[in-house]
Amino acid sequence: MTAVLEVEEHGVFTTVQDLGRSERRAGVPTGGAMDRFALAAANLLVGNPEHTGALECTLGGLVLVALDTCLVAITGADFQPAVNGEPVPVWTSLFLAEGDRLTFEGRRWGARCYVAIAGGVGGQRWLGSVSTYLLVARGGYRGRQLKKGDRLETGVEPPRPLVAGRNLPVRLRPPYLDEHRLAAIHGPHFTQMAVRARKTFYNATFTVSREADRMGYRLEGPALELKGEELVSFGLAFGAVQVPSSGQPILLMADHQTAGGYPAVAGVPRADLPLAAQLVPGDEITFVTSTVEEAQKRWRALRAGLETLKQ
Amino acid sequence: MPAPRSRPRINPLADSVLLVELGRRVDTALNTRALALAAALTKKNGVREAVGGYASVTVHYDPEQVTYKGLVGVIEKLARGRPPAPPPGRLHRIPVVYDGPDLDEAAATLKISPEELARIHSKPYYRVFMIGFVPGWAYLGPLPEELRLPRRRTPRTSVPAGSVAIAGAQTGVYPLPTPGGWHLIGRTAVPMFLPESDPPLLLRPGDRVRFHPVEKR
Repeated sequence: MTAVLEVEEHGVFTTVQDLGRSERRAGVPTGGAMDRFALAAANLLVGNPEHTGALECTLGGLVLVALDTCLVAITGADFQPAVNGEPVPVWTSLFLAEGDRLTFEGRRWGARCYVAIAGGVGGQRWLGSVSTYLLVARGGYRGRQLKKGDRLETGVEPPRPLVAGRNLPVRLRPPYLDEHRLAAIHGPHFTQMAVRARKTFYNATFTVSREADRMGYRLEGPALELKGEELVSFGLAFGAVQVPSSGQPILLMADHQTAGGYPAVAGVPRADLPLAAQLVPGDEITFVTSTVEEAQKRWRALRAGLETLKQ
Repeated sequence: MPAPRSRPRINPLADSVLLVELGRRVDTALNTRALALAAALTKKNGVREAVGGYASVTVHYDPEQVTYKGLVGVIEKLARGRPPAPPPGRLHRIPVVYDGPDLDEAAATLKISPEELARIHSKPYYRVFMIGFVPGWAYLGPLPEELRLPRRRTPRTSVPAGSVAIAGAQTGVYPLPTPGGWHLIGRTAVPMFLPESDPPLLLRPGDRVRFHPVEKR
């Protein structure tokens, strides 16, 4: 495969991701895009299968130069993308011509945007996924974050025909710009919280702390008092909310540790993880109660939006 | 006498993940049941991955193929049945140089000599209870009573790969350089994390491990 994009500036933190791997039994986190909806949409917009490598650009600063004609789509956070200085549409497929510069002029909202290329961003496939896992330097672009001068190749021959102007309308996207209310299903250890803390969990406002990365977010707010026996370690999941003895909850994200022993008091469902993925330190969130069935129904509704891109 | 079998606690961890808790303690019989349940669930319709814990199974499933309630029913039925005899688990003999930076201090706290600590640590056949924390990390135990210490008050920001460590009723080998709060009593050259293999790790749940002391080279 020939290189199609060159990294002129790598920005704050940019990696290759797809929808992750399934090797938790080996202690390997699922990894993959923090905002799985946005990555899947970007891929579908350019005609790729959902589970294809694309770029996850955190907070902006990325500058890409096209080395050849290619079809791209930009989804997720709004960092004001522009081609040769002119604003371009987001959640829409568009062509770059050889020499075009794709820049991001500044963050309007969100934490992570996704850039998909027709044919996919190629990279090292490790345990069934091209997701970059920095801890073991595997997957994606040589197991590391992108650097200035890197040249990105497509994974496969781009699908034909290439169609520009394909779009996912706002009403079919997750409600990113609404208030930051995340659904939270009662977890296995909900009652390990003292009675008052259970109410606080759903009434209080929590702030995303500076300790917020691909592994998880530490949340700041009223301390949630725990009671009862200590637990033995168990397998964790993307979206689980754990409460350590400090009482400050942790929301587990894509690169979370696969096992731990802190009580898992709640779980943020798939439909709300895109919103969680777009939080930055200082953002305030509240949790609203949900059943498993309600949450699954909401995810199905979101998925229906993605399905329209397959037609 | 077999442990009395109570109903498993089954609760959602998210909207496509649930946790089955058979108990909340470190116990070989519970762990054996958890691993058998995980193996049986892996074969069930709609189950993407079933991960064994100390006394639990975390089940990742596809709600388009099986409902939460349907899966709970499947699990309860499996848990009522007699678990199949566990496979014997592979035995790993792991050479250890007992010269860790915490060896002397740990021995002093335990009121034994460093040689005694090494002798006691290398005697048992440890069980691999579960895998997790970082790729290839195996929770081994139970550690003999005489060696049980609380974790270090201040965790190290980086522990070298291959460090052999103890904490509470557990022992283990750091597969990668990571932060860690356990007491480092030795080191081994045997790699725990095998990135080019599938699965990418040496030790698997249900395996047994015996350390044997070797001289410094």
